[in-house]
Formats: sequence, C-alpha cells, structure tokens
Amino acid sequence: MAHRPFASAPYVVGKGAPALAPTHIPAEESLCPVVSHDWINSEYKHLVVDASPKALAVKPGQFFNLLCPSPDAAELWLRRPQSVYRIDRENRRIEFLYKCVGRGTFGLATLEPGDELNMVGPLGVGFAIDRRWKHIVVLGRGVGLATLAPISQLAGECGIGVTAILSARSAEFVMADDLFGKVGDVIAVLDSDATSAVEHVEAILKRLIAQRQADAFYTCGSNRLLQLMKRLGKAHGIPGQVAMEQVMACGLGPCYVCVRTFEVDGKKELRRVCIDGPVFDLQEAVGW
Amino acid sequence: MVDMSVKIGSVTLQNPIMPASGCFSTDLAQVIDLNRLGALVAKTVSREFRAGNPPPRVSEVEGGMINSIGLPTKGIEYFLSHQVPDYKRFSPPLVGSISATTIEDFEAMARDVSTSAIDVLEVNISCPTRDPKGGNFALHEEHTFNVMRRIRQTTDKPIWCKLSPNAGDVVAIAKSAELAGADALVVSNTILGLKIDINTFRPAIGNKFGGLSGPGIKPIIVRMVYQCAKAVKIPIIGCGGIVKLEDVIEYMLAGASAVMIGYLIFRNPSGIIAIIDGLQEWCAKRGFARVADLTGAMIDEAPRETYAAAAAPIG
Ligand SMILES: Cc1cc2nc3c(=O)[nH]c(=O)nc-3n(C[C@H](O)[C@H](O)[C@H](O)COP(=O)(O)OP(=O)(O)OC[C@H]3O[C@@H](n4cnc5c(N)ncnc54)[C@H](O)[C@@H]3O)c2cc1C
Ligand SMILES: Cc1cc2nc3c(=O)[nH]c(=O)nc-3n(C[C@H](O)[C@H](O)[C@H](O)COP(=O)(O)O)c2cc1C
Ligand code: FES
Repeated sequence: MAHRPFASAPYVVGKGAPALAPTHIPAEESLCPVVSHDWINSEYKHLVVDASPKALAVKPGQFFNLLCPSPDAAELWLRRPQSVYRIDRENRRIEFLYKCVGRGTFGLATLEPGDELNMVGPLGVGFAIDRRWKHIVVLGRGVGLATLAPISQLAGECGIGVTAILSARSAEFVMADDLFGKVGDVIAVLDSDATSAVEHVEAILKRLIAQRQADAFYTCGSNRLLQLMKRLGKAHGIPGQVAMEQVMACGLGPCYVCVRTFEVDGKKELRRVCIDGPVFDLQEAVGW
Repeated sequence: MVDMSVKIGSVTLQNPIMPASGCFSTDLAQVIDLNRLGALVAKTVSREFRAGNPPPRVSEVEGGMINSIGLPTKGIEYFLSHQVPDYKRFSPPLVGSISATTIEDFEAMARDVSTSAIDVLEVNISCPTRDPKGGNFALHEEHTFNVMRRIRQTTDKPIWCKLSPNAGDVVAIAKSAELAGADALVVSNTILGLKIDINTFRPAIGNKFGGLSGPGIKPIIVRMVYQCAKAVKIPIIGCGGIVKLEDVIEYMLAGASAVMIGYLIFRNPSGIIAIIDGLQEWCAKRGFARVADLTGAMIDEAPRETYAAAAAPIG
C-alpha cells in the first residue's frame, strides 16, 4: 500500500471501502490508482486514474484538488488544482493533462502506474451549454486547452458543432486537437509561424461570426485572448464563458485565498475561483 | 461507549473537534457531514464590508502555510441575514467570530451579533494580518482586559477570547481575559511570519507579512496551552497545527478541553471526521469512559528513563 500521510481516511477506489460521506454530499476525498502517466511533449504530462463514483460525476470545467507527492526531500503542504481533461465513464476513469511548472506539478509527475493519487472533488462550477446552440467557438492557449477539452465531449453529446482555435508556442504544444477533431474543425495558431497574433485570431473569429458559426464563446489560458473574445462577444451580443485560475488553498470555498476581480453591472467585486467558478461569464471577468 | 461530549462553560459540545475560524464555512458540506462536528465556527466578521488583502494570499512554507487573507467580510448585516440562516441548516452549536479596531465597535458588534441563532461569541482580537504591521489587542494585557470587559458587560452569550501567539507573555494575556470575564480561551491564532520569493526578491504574499499555520506551529501552541491551563480556571480550546488524532490527544493532555482545526481542512478535508472517529476508538482502547478525562491529564515528571540515563556514569 502506498504511504498515506496524515490523518485522512479517504474513499479508496477499487478497494470497496465505504464512502465516508453520505450520498447527498457531492464531492469527496478519494485515493485513485494511477492507470497510466505519460509525457506527451517536453513539458506536458497526461495522467489517467481509476475514479470513485462521486468523482466520475465530474462535469466539464470542474476540477479536482490534488495532493501531489513531493519532488524532493521536503514536503508539499498545499494541494494543486487541476481541471478534468477527459471523463471516461465507460472505463470509470478520469484524465488530467498538465504542464510541469513547479514543485507541485514536478512532484505529481513522479507518480507511476499503480500508485495512488489523493484527489478532492469534483469541485466548482463547470461549463454550461445551451442545447439550442448550433455551433460554438472554443479559443484556448497552452495548457488552458486541457481545461477546454471536455467541452468537446459536452458538445458531442448535445450534437453541437465546434470550431476550436488552439493557440500554442509551436505545433508540439497544441493540445486536444484530436478531441475537438471528432466534433468539428480545429485551427491551430502558433507563435512559431506568427499565426497566433491577436489580429489574426480576431480575423478568424470575425469570419466565424459572419458565417453564423459563433453562437457562444469559450476561452481559457490567456489574458489577450480573453480580452479579444470579450470585446467581440460584447460587440456582437455573443454569450461566453471563461475558465479562470488562481492560487488556491482549500479549493472548497471557506478560505478566500483564490479571489479574482469581476465586474457586474459596473460594480467591481471579488469572487472565489474555486466555488463561484472556475467557469465565469465572459463579460464579467476583468482579467485572466 | 465513550462519552465524547465536552463542556466549555455553559455550552456542551457533542465532541471536542471544531473547525477553526476562517478555514470553515457551510461550503464544506460539499465533502463532509457537518452535523458530525463539535461546533460550527464562522469566519470572522467585522461591521462593514472589507475586501481583504491583495493576492496572492497564501504561500506554502515548510510545516504548513503562511496567509494574509486580511479578514474579507461582507459585513455584519449580510452575516446575520444570509450566512447565519445557512449555518442553521446544521445541528451543532454556532460560534460567531467578531473583529473590530476600536473597543466601541467591538461592543456594538457584540451586541448586534448576540442573536438567538448564535450560541457562542468568539472574539478575534488576534488576527495578525488585519493590521499590516501585525499589531492587535491580544498583544497587550490592558487592551485585552478592556475589550473583553466591555464585551462581557454587553452580552450574556458565552464569550471565547482568541489569543495571539505573537504576544510576548501569552499567560499574562490569558489571565487578563479571564479576569475580564471570558468564558473560554482559544489558544491560538497564527504566528506572524515572512516568506520571500527568491525569483522576484519580493514578499511571497500580497500583504508582505502573513500568519503561519499548520503542523510546524503545533509544539509552540501546545506549550502555550499547557502554560495557560496552569494559570487560568476557564476552559481552553487548543488550536494550531492539528493534522492527526495524536495531535488532538496531546492538546487535551496539555490542558485543552476541546480543539479547533484549520490547516488540516485544506490538506485532508475528510481528516477532521476521521479524527472524531479515531478519538472515540482511542479512548475506548485506553479505557477512558469520557473524552473529557483527557483534559490536563499530562504527567509533569519527565520520563523515568531520562533520570536513569542521566544517573548512569559516562565513559
Ligand atoms: C481551477 C484550476 C484548474 C487548473 N487546471 C489546470 C490544468 O488542467 N492543467 C495545468 O497544467 N494546470 C492547471 N491549473 C494550474 C495549476 O494548478 C498550477 O500550474 C499548479 O498549481 C502549479 O503548482 P506548482 O507547484 O507546480 O508550481 P508553483 O511553483 O507553485 O507555481 C508556478 C505557477 O503556478 C501558479 N500556482 C501555484 N499554485 C497554484 C494553485 N494552487 N492554483 C493555481 N495556480 C497556482 C503560481 O502562481 C505560479 O505562477 C489549474 C488551476 C486552477 C485554479
Ligand atoms: C486562510 C486562513 C484564514 C483564517 N481566518 C481566520 C479568521 O477569520 N478568524 C480567526 O480567528 N482566525 C483565522 N485564521 C486562523 C485559524 O483559525 C487558526 O487559528 C490557525 O490557522 C491555526 O490553526 P491551524 O494550524 O490548524 O490552521 C485563519 C487561518 C487561515 C489559514
Ligand atoms: S481556495 Fe479556499 S476559498 Fe477558494
């Protein structure tokens, strides 16, 4: 059995341990066996775990707060939030796609198949989709595409078409093109050939609006792209949603660590990314 | 069956395990059954809206975390009209926590918050990050006495005074709070600290200084609980760095009648429930019929082996 630090008595997936929390409690702390964990480029890893029944109820845009193993001789003291990348209900698995940026994610990267990952979730407010929409536009940057990826599942289930504009440094870092390829068109825009420039992306969005292929906007991962979608969304009356990030502690709502500024009816207010979001109304977000 | 209940003055808790203010809200019902807790402890409120400190508001440090939330609050009106009814969906007693910068405002807050829905008033005179320099009432005996006396004269509710480990002489502050009429002491709030980001050379958190919490502070606070328990007659609630069952037992042996848990909720939210179950099992196994019998049961003499070793000739 993997070393289990601290006092927790979480639900152990696959061991038939009774769930601690009664059924009306939607999220839980669970220990999930790692199924596979592979590098997909020099910085990003793809993690697949066996998930508990409560975890499997996760919706696109929601996240889990992960207790990452330590990458060094010291400890990690706070969890790290990661949004769900793919929900595989058939095999009862949940997938994450993350970029290694610091101690938490480098520690996470040390997990091997068979190890247990302690996750709290599912947490937060996910993406909403309106079944009357015919075609939506997804615009993401870098690892923000991991958060947007499950929209492809949502759109697929609702029979809604998607144009996914995937922005990255170079072709190596384009994510989720395979997932979006199944439900619509993929346009990769890159720094390496200058196609990721805001003016170029703006031209693509304007074309989609003109072709009436933009019933709603979704974005994550870049302040420039958020501001662009916000501006065009406002000008053309297109509803939109943005998935935000902020450093978290509890991930559950009480600590007020994860606040960001939003503007509603001309009034600025602080909201918690973990429970009021992470998905917010595009027009209410002030900056990423 | 072990009797898990404890009495804090006139208030009976079904067990001695409570969440700590600021680390708890009804949002936690997403992951645990709140009706299992000894009490519900609300986030500190002040009279007016406060936005709190600029992000980032936390940073990891060895042994826990450092925070500078800065007591954001929607104010007392919102607390009473929205948050209190929300807490009342659950059965454990409700502890309301108040903060202010003047004695007059503390008095008015105490009066306004003393509604029938509130079972206990926790007086937070010790938040180190509300004033950027870390100062507060709980650093001074006479300030502590004056504010607690005024609150005592204002309300019939049980009042718990939350002390600061940043005070030079915590025992003296504890005595002033008792003398002023506090019903119990919460020992304690966070320890003022500083973390520097070595990439930017700037403070790691927005407020520069922050409050240290988590297992790293536990031995310090256990020592303070022990010292305060020897000096006052009112019950003490231990708070600081509890992450497992053994920590709760240590606090109780040192003299705490109950405990509050903050950091663990971030680390292992299901742990707080596991500790309640674990404590009951532990008492049964060790033959304690009442968990309350653990309070102050520490034996002061050092382990005998120490003497034996010291007595042995060296070399
Ligand atoms: C709701 C949500 C969903 C996310 N989904 C993904 C995802 O699918 N894939 C992915 O690669 N990343 C995602 N992130 C970001 C991820 O949480 C951070 O990259 C990670 O926590 C960094 O931890 P670290 O210790 O490796 O890096 P650190 O060295 O701690 O920090 C590196 C950078 O990450 C930021 N950061 C640190 N801790 C957190 C935290 N707790 N929350 C947010 N940012 C933090 C820091 O401000 C810094 O800029 C998500 C964040 C949020 C809030
Ligand atoms: C994010 C955070 C917010 C807090 N907010 C409050 C607060 O509003 N009022 C208060 O009295 N204490 C507050 N505290 C202090 C805790 O209640 C507790 O005293 C301290 O964290 C030590 O306990 P721990 O080590 O178990 O976390 C806060 C602590 C943290 C970490
Ligand atoms: S991380 Fe604690 S409130 Fe969002």
